[in-house]
Amino acid sequence: MHRTAVKKVVLEGVLDANDALAEANRQRFDHANNFVVNMMSSPGAGKTALLEHTLDRTLGKVRIGVLEGDVQTTLDADRLARFHTPIVQVNTDAGFGGECHLDANMVRSGLAELPLHDIDVLIIENVGNLVCPAEFKVGEDVRVMVYAITEGEEKPLKYPLMFRSADLVLINKMDLLPHLHFDLELFLRNLDAVNPGVGRILTSAATGQGIDEWCSWLMERGNA
Amino acid sequence: MHELAIAGHVVDIAARHADGRTVTKVFLKVGHLRQVVPSALSFSFDLVAQGTTVEGAEMVLEEVPAAGRCQDCGTESVLKSFPLLCEACGESNLQITRGEELYVESLEMEEQQNNEELIADR
Ligand SMILES: Nc1nc2c(ncn2[C@@H]2O[C@H](COP(=O)(O)OP(=O)(O)OP(=O)(O)O)[C@@H](O)[C@H]2O)c(=O)[nH]1
Ligand SMILES: [Mg+2]
Ligand SMILES: [Zn+2]
Repeated sequence: MHRTAVKKVVLEGVLDANDALAEANRQRFDHANNFVVNMMSSPGAGKTALLEHTLDRTLGKVRIGVLEGDVQTTLDADRLARFHTPIVQVNTDAGFGGECHLDANMVRSGLAELPLHDIDVLIIENVGNLVCPAEFKVGEDVRVMVYAITEGEEKPLKYPLMFRSADLVLINKMDLLPHLHFDLELFLRNLDAVNPGVGRILTSAATGQGIDEWCSWLMERGNA
Repeated sequence: MHELAIAGHVVDIAARHADGRTVTKVFLKVGHLRQVVPSALSFSFDLVAQGTTVEGAEMVLEEVPAAGRCQDCGTESVLKSFPLLCEACGESNLQITRGEELYVESLEMEEQQNNEELIADR
């Protein structure tokens, strides 16, 4: 028996396999003329609550489909069922680290159940997590991040990855502002420090603040 | 958790390139802007590698500091914190040139050949 150490040059991006699948998803979306939103946030920032408003407000104006990434439950999908919008639930509890984000393959597996040719906008509600989803492209056109003001002003500096990758930030739970020691100016400064000039809308799922503006933003792109 | 998912991909890549050979080292480049915690990645790597041809391999992680070229004045700056600013003119109009790396650079493997094969190779 003879043993030798050999070195092999690899130069392969850690996420190349995922990115290739994301690109394949994107081609399917383009073919169906879908505008695809990857919605990301930490757990409980209000993604589903804002989606409920969005589906309600855009009914009859733009055809929205939803792909729900949830750890194990179908609770979020159940909350949206009353809108009779095409919804598919993707389970993320298989595989290593699978429960903390959607990847391109999980999204692909959900697409078979969605009538892509009958919708204008696909909103993908990612798993609530402030880090992992930002690393994994799923074939989206834009990333919309929901940030709740209950999370504190320093989050953009602590978790720049997701804030940097966002195309639009929905600053949610604005109704709670009077009850919190939250410095909005400071938060916006931190946001601009990591993602200068990124689009932002102040929202509240409780009062409906900003929902019109957000829906206009979405419809402008979805109906294009 | 982020590191666990990344480690899974690193092990997949290493195992595929090793093609059955035993991997002893995996050299990885990680940019500072990737928000990867090296100790968490090492720990995850050891965990995920168990039961694969990469089990027991050492992950050698090289961190790459962030840098960017100013689109206004052309200066290349090393970027240490947010906001990312040109160190010459102070503007934020930067094109990131380093710090977003996340790739497997190379592998070190054990080649196991018996003497007959070695002779046959020649
Ligand atoms: N006061 C207030 N509460 C909100 C707002 N938006 C969401 N909530 C509440 O926050 C909690 C979490 O909201 P969800 O919509 O489930 O959040 P999510 O981001 O979908 O959560 P996950 O999918 O579990 O990550 C619920 O109790 C909501 O009612 C808001 O604008 N104001
Ligand atoms: Mg939800
Ligand atoms: Zn400059």
